[in-house]
Amino acid sequence: MEMREKILTFIEKNSRVDLKDLAVMLGTEEAVVANELAAMEEEHIICGYHTLIDWEKTSLEKVNALIEVRVTPQRGRGFDSVAEHIYNYPEVNAVYLISGGYDLLVTLEGKTLREVAQFVSDKLSTLDSVLSTKTNFILKKYKDHGTIIAKPKEDERMLVSL
Amino acid sequence: MRNPLSSRIVEIPFSGIRKFFDIAAEMTDVISLGVGEPDFDTPWHIRDEGIYSLEKGHTAYTSNAGLKELKIEIAKYLERRFQVAYDFDKEMLITVGGSEAIDLAMRAMLDPGDEVLIPQPSYVSYVPCATLANGVPVIINLKEENDFRLTAQELEDAITPKTKILVLPFPNNPTGAIMEREDLEAIARVVIQHDLFVVSDEIYAELTYLEGKSHVTIASLPGMRERTVLINGFSKAYSMTGWRLGYACAPEAIMEQMLKIHQYAIMCAPTTSQHAAVEAVRNGDRDVEEMRDEYNGRRRYVMKRFRDMGLQCFEPFGAFYMFPCIQEFGLSSDDFATQMLQEEKVVVVPGTAFGDCGEGFLRISYAYSLESLKEALDRMEHFIQRVRASKG
Repeated sequence: MEMREKILTFIEKNSRVDLKDLAVMLGTEEAVVANELAAMEEEHIICGYHTLIDWEKTSLEKVNALIEVRVTPQRGRGFDSVAEHIYNYPEVNAVYLISGGYDLLVTLEGKTLREVAQFVSDKLSTLDSVLSTKTNFILKKYKDHGTIIAKPKEDERMLVSL
Repeated sequence: MRNPLSSRIVEIPFSGIRKFFDIAAEMTDVISLGVGEPDFDTPWHIRDEGIYSLEKGHTAYTSNAGLKELKIEIAKYLERRFQVAYDFDKEMLITVGGSEAIDLAMRAMLDPGDEVLIPQPSYVSYVPCATLANGVPVIINLKEENDFRLTAQELEDAITPKTKILVLPFPNNPTGAIMEREDLEAIARVVIQHDLFVVSDEIYAELTYLEGKSHVTIASLPGMRERTVLINGFSKAYSMTGWRLGYACAPEAIMEQMLKIHQYAIMCAPTTSQHAAVEAVRNGDRDVEEMRDEYNGRRRYVMKRFRDMGLQCFEPFGAFYMFPCIQEFGLSSDDFATQMLQEEKVVVVPGTAFGDCGEGFLRISYAYSLESLKEALDRMEHFIQRVRASKG
């Protein structure tokens, strides 16, 4: 693996690592890591640093939905134009072009069920190129971004073994 | 009542870590750098195969030597990774961990009075296994100045007319030392010249960190295959310690006798573990690589921290241990470890647990998350600063 990929592989799991430590672990200089990170941010290889939150454990109510959307692609622009129209809504978390039974997978976050329903019926379904939608509410998140949400595992090993 | 115990067994001491375990177990907020096993769970696809084998009702004994399917996969693996070919049918045995294989090899090869050369510091079971097999353990003290590698001269100096076996424990627990091809070639010349046999414990073979150089098994050198018992297993490479599964490869004549002992003492290695191991050795290369990269990062991190603390430590390129030198503090390994446990609640293993020549050293395991390492090393740094200050 090249240094870039090594950095990415590491920070994908832990973006808060101290750059000094990361450089040591990768066997390079801190400046090298810092420069690579800056360059990759510039090139938009690194698109953001986010935090994985289990909102269930907080007092804030959140509702998440996965919406399968079938659309008519537009001449010359394919799916990009309608995708752009959809992803510009701030309540939309993610938009993916999908192979299979439908075209776009839209993930959505709202405060209430009603809010999500309203977005789908008022905004999404009314778009000219949208043929149909199917809304799936997320009931429970078990694992997200490669991390198991439920329980941090205890170290069960003996304190000392030879 | 008569004394129920065998005097030979009674004379064998318990391993030296009980004390630490007992003290640490009483304390809260203890952070340990004392384990000799990986911190990763067994990769899920491997566990899944174990579960599936249970669902399918594969719960009977396997043949004594182990599942044919597993032995075939191991033979392919050894050829692919270490360029050494074994007949899965006649030269291989699946054991209950590498530990059983060590015991079998000694028992199959030793007659009373035969000497077994055991380089130390090293894993604790070679000496008692040699003794239990009526052999005479002869210790070779490895030196930090040689990066704890065994030199041909050291070997030569220890050989007597009674010497039969050389134990080769590399990559090494507790030092993290490795033996490279040239080192092994020098050893092989002496071994062949004196007509010795080698018990090569390569349980950490997958965990070496020299750029572009993977582990070399002495069995792959010319003239050595016929005088080597190669021991390896699943515990360290695939994070499968609790599955208790290892294997031995040896020339047919030795293997036959090892199998005989195994047949009477053990019957066969755990069936579920063998089914899971098929998946490990067939599809586990990537898991091994990921874990190796992770260990390597931590190894560099700990090495850097030691340098920053001014703690002398040779750079180890194998297993997941560091073996720093603490002679500057004027404390024995045991006292250092005990005091650090009491004052900073950090568990490490005194080097003396692995042989007298481990005096003045500590075994530090880096089979822990970066966060744990960081916390433990911070505490260790405080301790060291305090000891240095008190010495003036």
